[in-house]
Amino acid sequence: MTQATVSAGARSRGFYGEKGKYSGIRGWIFSTDHKRIGLLYLVSMAGFFLLAVTFGVLMRLEMLSPGKTIMEPQTYNTLFTLHGIMMIFLFIIPGLPAVFGNFLLPLLIGARDVFFPRLNLLSWWLFITGGLLALVSVFLPGGAADTGWTFYVPYSIRTNTNVLPALFAAFILGFSSILTGLNFITTIHRMRAPGMGWFRMPLFVWSLYATAWIQVLATPIIGITLLLVALERWFGVGIFDPALGGDPVLYQHLFWIYSHPAVYIMILPGLGVASEILPVFARRTIFGYKFIAFSSVAIAGLGSLVWAHHMFTVGMSYTGMFVFSLLTFLVSIPSAIKIFNWIATLYKGSIVLDVPLLFILSFIVQFSIGGFTGLMLGALAVNIHVQDTYFVVGHFHYVMFGGTGFALFAAIHYWFPKMFGKMYRKGPAVLSWILATLGFNTLYMPFFFLGYMGMPRRYYDYLPEYQSFHVIATVGSWILVLGIIIMIVNLLYALKKGAPALANPWGGKTLEWTVPSPPPTENFATIPVVTTGPYDFSEYEQRPAEHS
Amino acid sequence: MHDDATAQQSQTTHTVPYSQYVLIWFGLLALTALTVSLAGIELGRWVIITALTIASIKSLLVLNIFMHLRFEDRVFRMFALVAFVTLVIFLVLTFFDYAFH
Ligand code: HEM
Repeated sequence: MTQATVSAGARSRGFYGEKGKYSGIRGWIFSTDHKRIGLLYLVSMAGFFLLAVTFGVLMRLEMLSPGKTIMEPQTYNTLFTLHGIMMIFLFIIPGLPAVFGNFLLPLLIGARDVFFPRLNLLSWWLFITGGLLALVSVFLPGGAADTGWTFYVPYSIRTNTNVLPALFAAFILGFSSILTGLNFITTIHRMRAPGMGWFRMPLFVWSLYATAWIQVLATPIIGITLLLVALERWFGVGIFDPALGGDPVLYQHLFWIYSHPAVYIMILPGLGVASEILPVFARRTIFGYKFIAFSSVAIAGLGSLVWAHHMFTVGMSYTGMFVFSLLTFLVSIPSAIKIFNWIATLYKGSIVLDVPLLFILSFIVQFSIGGFTGLMLGALAVNIHVQDTYFVVGHFHYVMFGGTGFALFAAIHYWFPKMFGKMYRKGPAVLSWILATLGFNTLYMPFFFLGYMGMPRRYYDYLPEYQSFHVIATVGSWILVLGIIIMIVNLLYALKKGAPALANPWGGKTLEWTVPSPPPTENFATIPVVTTGPYDFSEYEQRPAEHS
Repeated sequence: MHDDATAQQSQTTHTVPYSQYVLIWFGLLALTALTVSLAGIELGRWVIITALTIASIKSLLVLNIFMHLRFEDRVFRMFALVAFVTLVIFLVLTFFDYAFH
């Protein structure tokens, strides 16, 4: 459909008013429009997220007192496994790229869609198939997998729970991720608007680009590895099982060769969102554009080489430990470059303290805490002490949830008016930010102390001396969930009753703000020609100079 | 627009005689046999190197002959090269563990 054929009525409701081949739900699940696909991901991902949050809260309830509180040990085992699998593969890996990448990438680079729209739809179908398979495995005889989201051998080969469906779910989800990555790389290379050179791309696009490369290059490795575990379960091949002459440490290498870069699949787009939001609310050009762009690529590259820092206690060679510890320390350099550049962007800016920026400020602090505790874990001696304790659980929740999760909350509050054409109420949004930040830190800060004192992860019971910290953490989980509920209710209410949003409510300078909210079906009536960088706030920046 | 481009590309046929495919297939079988028979010999440190070398030769054959990589644009060969180099880096790093046990 060309722009000229879009009726005036359809235009006011943007792409929502489009009359496609199908109507109703089929107009969504068979649509190849990148915006619809992005929203499909948003809805499905939100469902999985809420379910996994419920599991998390139930686990925290169990940990309220030593001994059995509300569930059997085996239930706890399956809960942390499902919670981990869903949070990782169904929420945080697809979270920013599949939802916001899909919706915004073409808008940000001045294109009408992604390069392969049908492949894009296939990615979502694979995603939903994998997600449902993971859910179905819970109800099959044998019960849900209880291996932890890491599927470590030899236990994953021997347990009688439904490991195979869970493995295949992860396998299918991997394909979805690869196809999205491939699509984004091609789109970014081939479909940028005229005049948008590489260094005029918004930084979120740079981060999606770096992420996409990891998705394409690293994901196949987990696919093959999970297949090998399946083969081993079926035929007893003996690749990983020591009883059959296999090598369980090899499994850990292969697993983390993907799963550590996957951590960067999760965080890089979050860093990109921060770089997008900060200049808009500081009314200032981003500080050190090229440094931020290249640090995304450096994080993607270096981050792919540090995987064995998850394995310092398995009996690796000392050379291996030295090399991987060193590489781990090196990744902190590009990460720190970003943090310093963000702070420098805020410095002397004309800061507008609105909801998206509030979430990004929490993000910066929490991501830094996650990063620093990561460095502690990367130091060999400390690692031996806190390996497999709550210290690790605290660390990765700070990075993934305090970092990426909060970046996602920021992204939804930043782009909500564009995506839905409605504005949410600020008061409840600020309240949800306060509660989420307070609850988050109350929940996970005690984990560091618990871990340092020796509380092991994945245990349903504990010694009485740990109880006070556990109680604080559990109360934190209630505050956090209250914040999340208020956020969701506020956004849903805005969907129904919100005031119509302006095309550019925040004064952003990137291309998505030049089209109406919500955007029309093919985004741009005429493809824009780009003549400046993405964060040209010179009109504000000149003001202080005039005063002086 | 993109569909046309892809269609055009797949229409350019390359004339590879069937005999060549069969020949390469026998070559692959022979290399597999070689891997299996070498597995029975005590080669010590060389065992992995020989196995990986043979596997690399086999993949190169499959990529170039059966998957037509040698007829493709430079950009596709670059992509394949990037993937290959990544794999080599992963292997080398893994052997910082295995080689120094
Ligand atoms: C309200 C939100 C959340 C709560 C209450 C929560 C709570 C928990 C708890 C209690 C555990 C198990 C600790 C143990 O016994 O070892 C856990 C594990 C885990 N959580 Fe969360 N969590 C939440 C959100 C998240 C988010 C947003 C992510 C990822 C983005 C995440 C990823 C994980 C992972 C990967 C594990 C490890 C699972 C395993 O050991 O296999 N969680 N979480």
